[in-house]
Amino acid sequence: MKKVERIGGNVASYVDDRTGAAKWLRKNLTKVFPDHWSFMLGEIVLYSFIILLLSGTFLTFWFDPSQREVVYEGSYEPLQDIKMSAAYASTLHISFDVRGGLLMRQIHHWAALLFMAGMIAHLMRVFFTGAFRKPREANWLIGVGLVTLGIVEGFLGYSLPDDLLSGTGIRIAEAIIQALPVVGSYLAFFTFGGAFPGEAFIPRIYTVHVLLLPGAFLALITIHLMLVWYQKHTQYPGPGRTEKNVVGYPLMPVYMAKAGGFFFIVFGVTALLGAVASINPIWLYGPYNPGQISAGSQPDFYMGWLDGLVRMAPPIESYIFGYTISWNILIPGLIIPGILFTLMALYPFIESWMTGDKEEHHLLDRPRNNPNRTAIGAMSLSFILVVLINGGNDIIATNFHLTINQIMWFTRIGVIVIPPLVFVITKRICLSLQRADREKVLHGRETGRLVMLPHGEFVEIHEELTPAQKFTLTQHQQPKALLLPATDANGVLNPQGIKGKIRARFSQAHVEQVPAPTESEAEALEGGHH
Amino acid sequence: MSKEIQKFQDPGLPEHVHRKSDVDPKAADRAERQVAILFVLSALSTFLAIYAYIFIKDDIFFFLPIMGSTNAHQLFLGLGMAFSLLFIGLGMAHWAKNLMPDTEVIAERHEFRSPDEDREDFVRTVKEQAGAAGLGRRSLIKRTLGLALGVSALTPIVLLRDLGPLPGKDLEKTSWKKGTRLVTDPGDRPIRPEDLEVGAVAQVLPELEPGKVRHLYDIAKDAVLLIRLRPSEFQLNPERLSWTHDGIIAFSKICSHMGCAVALYEQQTKHLLCPCHQSTFDVTRAAKVIFGPSARPLPQLAITVDAEGYLVAQQPFNEPVGPSYWERSS
Amino acid sequence: MEKMNSGIKKLSRYRRHRFAGPALLIVALITMGTTFQVASALPNSSKMETTAKSTLIEEGKRIFNLGCSTCHGLNLEGGGIAPALIGVGAASVDFQVGTGRMPLAEMSQQAMRKQPIYNEEETAALAAYVASLAPGPDIINEAQLTYERDGNTAEGGELFRTNCAMCHNFAGQGGALTQGKYAPTLMGVDAKYIYEAMITGPQSMPVFSDKTITPEEKLSIIKWVKAAENEPNLGGAALGRVGPVTEGLLVWTLGLGLLIGIAVWLTMKAK
Repeated sequence: MKKVERIGGNVASYVDDRTGAAKWLRKNLTKVFPDHWSFMLGEIVLYSFIILLLSGTFLTFWFDPSQREVVYEGSYEPLQDIKMSAAYASTLHISFDVRGGLLMRQIHHWAALLFMAGMIAHLMRVFFTGAFRKPREANWLIGVGLVTLGIVEGFLGYSLPDDLLSGTGIRIAEAIIQALPVVGSYLAFFTFGGAFPGEAFIPRIYTVHVLLLPGAFLALITIHLMLVWYQKHTQYPGPGRTEKNVVGYPLMPVYMAKAGGFFFIVFGVTALLGAVASINPIWLYGPYNPGQISAGSQPDFYMGWLDGLVRMAPPIESYIFGYTISWNILIPGLIIPGILFTLMALYPFIESWMTGDKEEHHLLDRPRNNPNRTAIGAMSLSFILVVLINGGNDIIATNFHLTINQIMWFTRIGVIVIPPLVFVITKRICLSLQRADREKVLHGRETGRLVMLPHGEFVEIHEELTPAQKFTLTQHQQPKALLLPATDANGVLNPQGIKGKIRARFSQAHVEQVPAPTESEAEALEGGHH
Repeated sequence: MSKEIQKFQDPGLPEHVHRKSDVDPKAADRAERQVAILFVLSALSTFLAIYAYIFIKDDIFFFLPIMGSTNAHQLFLGLGMAFSLLFIGLGMAHWAKNLMPDTEVIAERHEFRSPDEDREDFVRTVKEQAGAAGLGRRSLIKRTLGLALGVSALTPIVLLRDLGPLPGKDLEKTSWKKGTRLVTDPGDRPIRPEDLEVGAVAQVLPELEPGKVRHLYDIAKDAVLLIRLRPSEFQLNPERLSWTHDGIIAFSKICSHMGCAVALYEQQTKHLLCPCHQSTFDVTRAAKVIFGPSARPLPQLAITVDAEGYLVAQQPFNEPVGPSYWERSS
Repeated sequence: MEKMNSGIKKLSRYRRHRFAGPALLIVALITMGTTFQVASALPNSSKMETTAKSTLIEEGKRIFNLGCSTCHGLNLEGGGIAPALIGVGAASVDFQVGTGRMPLAEMSQQAMRKQPIYNEEETAALAAYVASLAPGPDIINEAQLTYERDGNTAEGGELFRTNCAMCHNFAGQGGALTQGKYAPTLMGVDAKYIYEAMITGPQSMPVFSDKTITPEEKLSIIKWVKAAENEPNLGGAALGRVGPVTEGLLVWTLGLGLLIGIAVWLTMKAK
């Protein structure tokens, strides 16, 4: 120990001699991070990003981003002498003629799916616990930006191998570009360097995929983490945890060891997936040819909901003065996703406006304690899930003996009916959970043990909660409704107009809560018993 | 009873409970050994990966339940790598959990809002600076700056002009001309009507003119599906009927929705299905859309036979093939 | 012979009847058979074959009348629920009955592959009977299935992707059609039946004529399908070879599930 301490001391002095950062470093090396499994979801994303950088770099050593036509002469027999693009041929080369190449390709693709899945899970955690509230709105915006870029980056990666599935995806992307009013066909021709598919697209998106977007990711992730660092992490409510403190483990050594260890674990799990489960077997798809198609052509899951939306769109096009507007592409492909992402990005501001909450929040909400927000989140998720189901309707149909037509109609109606239903049900569930909490605090936890009283009555023993538990279940603030001023100082009726009404209505819904029990109530109850 | 409502009080951070490894040196030693074992396992796994890389040939397969016939090289290389990483991670985590201090620490949050004095000072400075620059008063500067900035964004956009040619009439045109023979894809063999039985389909492309090569962008517009029905099954108007030959009807294979190849022909129902978004077209009624998101029928290619009895196009497509775009009229 | 001739005379007034064609054909065939029998005094192989064939047809007719005629009609003319079988050929019968699709077990969107009900001889008899009434594609025999020798896997793949993958998926795993119909998986299907399906176009499947896809090309397709079927899982568990849907499911369950499990363990206080 002595020796280690001496070396550590020397290193510290060496660094300070050259930077003068002793004060800053000391403060930051002992920085406290709260510990909770759901706080590691973001780490999964960060680590998959690093894995993506590493495995992606490996792949670039052999990948040839060119649509120049070549004749395959590699070791995969069933494609021998077939004409294909250099991009596809080099992906085959990586898969079959570079040892560990297939493993790396699979790690890269699994890490990409994990990156997106982790991002969505992290976003859900942040949303449902209200971690996006002041002062963290900017980080929420960056997060939404990262999800959006992640979808684009993932799609470009899926497109690069230039296999039949990739090409089909690009074809659909091209159709969306082409459908844009006024500029569509021009944009399509500029993007593809001429008529689809051309020979320019893959080299172009390659630069975007390996340079531009990863650079943007690096920048955004850095800001994202710096803000987390500077603003300090949120924490779940509990004894000893307040808005003014943060309870957890210091960066050095505990958090660093755990976070560092978790990086290796994420990498290990990704490598495990890459070792045991095949992903995107491009050699079976064959090279892209616009005249070919495979049954069950799907995008990866993070695009699946978009595909589901496009599938369920009604067949509407307008023809005005000799021009075409393809609503069947624009609405599901651009307008609805645009609205969804805008609403998602603006949600912190919308909520703050609707509730009039301008306070700083560092303690997280238990989802049940904010029934309205939880219900909105569940509603949005149910929307995405319904359209996602439609995105895989052909695979579901063949596996569960349904028809694609049934699933299509179910989701067409479901996408309108189910989300509101989910909203109402979730809100009711939250309120019942609040009621259950209240019961527990006031009357103790049901133990399931029955005893017979002297006069023969059976009662269940209720165990009183500890003060810590009681505090955890009752510490949350319960907001009051914003009142709609009926007249202003000058006697004008409803001065805030429709905006005020919406706000008051939402605020009313927001405060619909089961009152949290208080010490006073508990005491009164005690008094009543004895 | 007018007593103020009292919430439950915060009992404060619970007392630290000692772990076995904190109080029992033996338990601590055991934890240390476990961590060491995990690290050793990691090193061994790395050797497995290297061994697999060098010595396991990539043509050795063996059967595993669930996974089926598995490639030994890929599997052991991957497992070696996975476990070498996993065991490092698990070892570090185990170490942190059991041997590093696990007393929770409280750190105070600093308030983000600066002291009022500093804040006022800051706000005043910003105001003054804005004032000094004259942004408020000198609106001419403000507006012309806005103009300059806005216009300067045009340069990079203009610079992108050479990304590709202008579309011109390209989206309207295909390689089909009057008299172009229909040839099989792949194979490039011309087809006679009698080559197709009732219920048969054929994937066709226009015959290549001598000296020309077929590019993918040609196929993306030229691909055609040939279907033979009983002539009595058609419900076509006379013009469209005259575009068929002896029960053989030809449609563009490029979906009028988003351009996937529509070639799922159901012989019994005479329906064509696009596997991408499930638009369904009725072949007997000139590929009318009967289900799904497509808003237009597939363009029909008028066909007939030439002097040698081979199927040829009567004329080019009378409408653009593939997905819609702005300039497409109807 | 006399009795037969007078019978034909009686029948002549029915010659414009819609069953006249098939009926005449049967009569002609039987007559031919009998004539041969009488004409050739010496027992030779051709005579033996013919005899065997006619008994086969007789046997087929018996089975057909018992098992198939309820739906397909006594004269193969078809009915409300079943197509006519005139001219479908032996190959079609061999495919439908040999793969167990026919007879139907229940009315459903489409006939499913199942354990055949008739054995090989019975299937052959049925095929012979149906083929004896009107010509159609012949059963593919083993000698024609020289795909190992004459097929080209890569070319077959190219043909498969253009002509088959849209329904049967890129790896021959099958896929969904409209209204609950589906293209079945090609894995584990006899080469003979794949070939027969291509030339007869069973159920939803269209016919692929020998002129547009030559017999050699058909062998190449079969060779590719067999190669895909026998291809080991090069990258690990194949996940059904149906594309990104199962991959997405796996990453949310095994991938994220495993990591969240580990995260829960990692953030739990040690005892």
